[in-house]
Amino acid sequence: MKEGTDIMNKIKVVVGLGSCGVAAGANKVYHRLLEISSENKDLFELGKTSCIGMCYREPLVEITDSKGTYLYGDVDIKRIDEIFEKHIKGSKPVENYIVHSDVVKGDEQDFVDNQIKIVLRNCGMMDPESIEDYEARDGYKSIKKILQEGITEDDVIKTVLDSGLRGRGGGGFPTGMKWKFARGYKSDEKYVICNADEGDPGAFMDRSVLEGDPHSVIEGMIIAAYAINATGGVIYCRAEYPLAVKRLNLALQQARDKGYLGKNILGKQGFNFDLYVKEGAGAFVCGEETALIASVEGKRGMPKKRPPFPAEAGLWAKPTNINNVETYANIPWIIFHGAAEYAKYGTEKSKGTKVFALAGKIRNSGLVEVPMGITLNDVIFKLGGGIKEGKKFKAVQMGGPSGGCIPAELGGTIIDYDSVNATGAIMGSGGMVVMDETTCMVDVAKFFLNFTQKESCGKCTFCRIGTKRMLEILNRISEGKGEEEDIENLQELAAQIKDSSLCGLGQTAPNPVLTTLKYFRNEYEAHIKDKKCPAKACKELIIYEINDKCIGCGACARVCPTKAITGEKKQKHLIDQAKCIKCGACFDTCKFSSIDKN
Amino acid sequence: MRIQRKNPTRHTYMPDEQVDLSLLDGLLKKYAGKKGSMIPLLQGTQELYRYIPKGAIKKISEASGLSESDIFGVVTFYSQFRLNPVGKHIIKVCHGTACHVQNANGITTALMNELQVEDGKTTTDRLFTLESVACLGCCSLAPVMMIGEETYGKLTGEKAVKIVRDIRNNKK
Repeated sequence: MKEGTDIMNKIKVVVGLGSCGVAAGANKVYHRLLEISSENKDLFELGKTSCIGMCYREPLVEITDSKGTYLYGDVDIKRIDEIFEKHIKGSKPVENYIVHSDVVKGDEQDFVDNQIKIVLRNCGMMDPESIEDYEARDGYKSIKKILQEGITEDDVIKTVLDSGLRGRGGGGFPTGMKWKFARGYKSDEKYVICNADEGDPGAFMDRSVLEGDPHSVIEGMIIAAYAINATGGVIYCRAEYPLAVKRLNLALQQARDKGYLGKNILGKQGFNFDLYVKEGAGAFVCGEETALIASVEGKRGMPKKRPPFPAEAGLWAKPTNINNVETYANIPWIIFHGAAEYAKYGTEKSKGTKVFALAGKIRNSGLVEVPMGITLNDVIFKLGGGIKEGKKFKAVQMGGPSGGCIPAELGGTIIDYDSVNATGAIMGSGGMVVMDETTCMVDVAKFFLNFTQKESCGKCTFCRIGTKRMLEILNRISEGKGEEEDIENLQELAAQIKDSSLCGLGQTAPNPVLTTLKYFRNEYEAHIKDKKCPAKACKELIIYEINDKCIGCGACARVCPTKAITGEKKQKHLIDQAKCIKCGACFDTCKFSSIDKN
Repeated sequence: MRIQRKNPTRHTYMPDEQVDLSLLDGLLKKYAGKKGSMIPLLQGTQELYRYIPKGAIKKISEASGLSESDIFGVVTFYSQFRLNPVGKHIIKVCHGTACHVQNANGITTALMNELQVEDGKTTTDRLFTLESVACLGCCSLAPVMMIGEETYGKLTGEKAVKIVRDIRNNKK
């Protein structure tokens, strides 16, 4: 009696339920759809998926009908009712809310069409809690191919080497080489570990992959285990990612039930391998491989001297291979499609694609996967849609606390390991925080150093005390108490910390300061000499004042969290500087530009 | 979402509250003799009490054979573990890079003023604990805070204060 009741043509409605979507209210939309579907049986099929990548338009709902797919953005309860009435019942898509579609043109078409999805091939395309969905999308076919065609361990490693895949955790070490080393050491026990201790503030690629496609990471680890003859494995995941942990555990159980994990995997005699999830307890340094191993062993996560490298003596002093989430997620695709197909993308020394988490002052913040070799400007303007509120692009921070700020004039830099390193930043795990003219670079450097200083494990003196001294100098500078020799002192300390730290944390901790000094030295000088913050961001160097344009509407006084603003109605108001906490709420609220930031 | 570390302060204050340590028995049995189980054991303890009580460290030490100081060393190394009881609602204000450049400090300052509590501390009525976290991973909604399981995005100081007031008023 109604349209769409035919099973074959049944409309599919899928809600994105990743962490971002849930935070934006996707659960409410999903529950509303559940209600609607129970009232309208057989009208549509309701499903869920994880992060689709378009975080800035969450909650997202995808509808597939006989004509094609339509992705709706910014969906709330009101909109979903409207979409239900018009599209699902009436077969007329609500064009205003469509962000992407293969039938009509949505307003985010560029964001989707400029991406190449290898790591994110399944994210947002399937139900991450269903192993059948994964299998239907060529899942576990790579490990089957290896075992059924009898591809040798060495040939698997050769394929990974030929693909040119380099460690996606930030270091960029060739993955095939790592496997080769681990394979070379003989031992009765060997381990593979997945580093899912994503610690960089501003990075959420690994979380999205684990939440959206846990099986591809598991399959990648099984292939690694086969290649190096590992007997056991650990996924070291942050306890702060509860949804990822839950989905991983579920996926592991499904994989065991289907014989992808356990004894004599897929009937291959002697291929025994199982995995478990270990929850981290919050320590940034545990992203470093030797520290991570110490943490898995239940100790304080402090790094050790290398050599011996984990490939020789890692977990429980046995040969161990550690790769990052994104690296493992690439593996099944490479085995399935071949090394040449992967190496088609990218530059001479950096092959394949890279996932980036776009955040900060960018219009389209979210997750993107692009081929290596495109420029920063391509990512920021073509995919990212440029800067919010029409402001000016100033810099992009890559690599988190270990990375650096690349200024706008180097926006033509191509994305590969070597070109990014040449700027002083690093590729890192894929966080890209975009900054505009209102971001103070001294403040950014201070922010990262504050982070590394607190996260230093304390083993190496220069990392422990040196970063603290650097932070003190930066604090002074941003408070307007900087001295002439401060810049020189920062540079000297930075060089010493880099030279005398054992692990990556200390060796890279000064990078944010060094890159901002290299490209934005004038801002440091303005703070030190003129006691001014050019971006008007350093609290101690600005004051908020009300000018004569004030009409006395009282809007600022109402939003002031400390009641620092007083004044009669229709009279010019006044800010009590002693009470003002410089939160900027009044500045953002005033519609008459009568508040000055000086 | 990593709990942001406070600048090192000595953990001198450890209240020896009356807690039922027999709750630990099940956990100790589960991990008995398993290597590398210290962190899951402590995570389980914190799940039970919402912090690591002094007595629990002693009990774990007796059961595992590790010295109390070794366990204390592990507890203080990881930012997840707390040595003090927490309030009913834990407010986690995100200070990730994206939130930082969009004035997360303003949110924390406004909440500190409203709750009359320092960052990292619990209000005297034990209703709220104010914490800073290093990234909630909801960068597109910055600035963000999380209270319990609920995430609040696109905040201003004023909005944050209002949310906290609403929770307090509902509880009274």
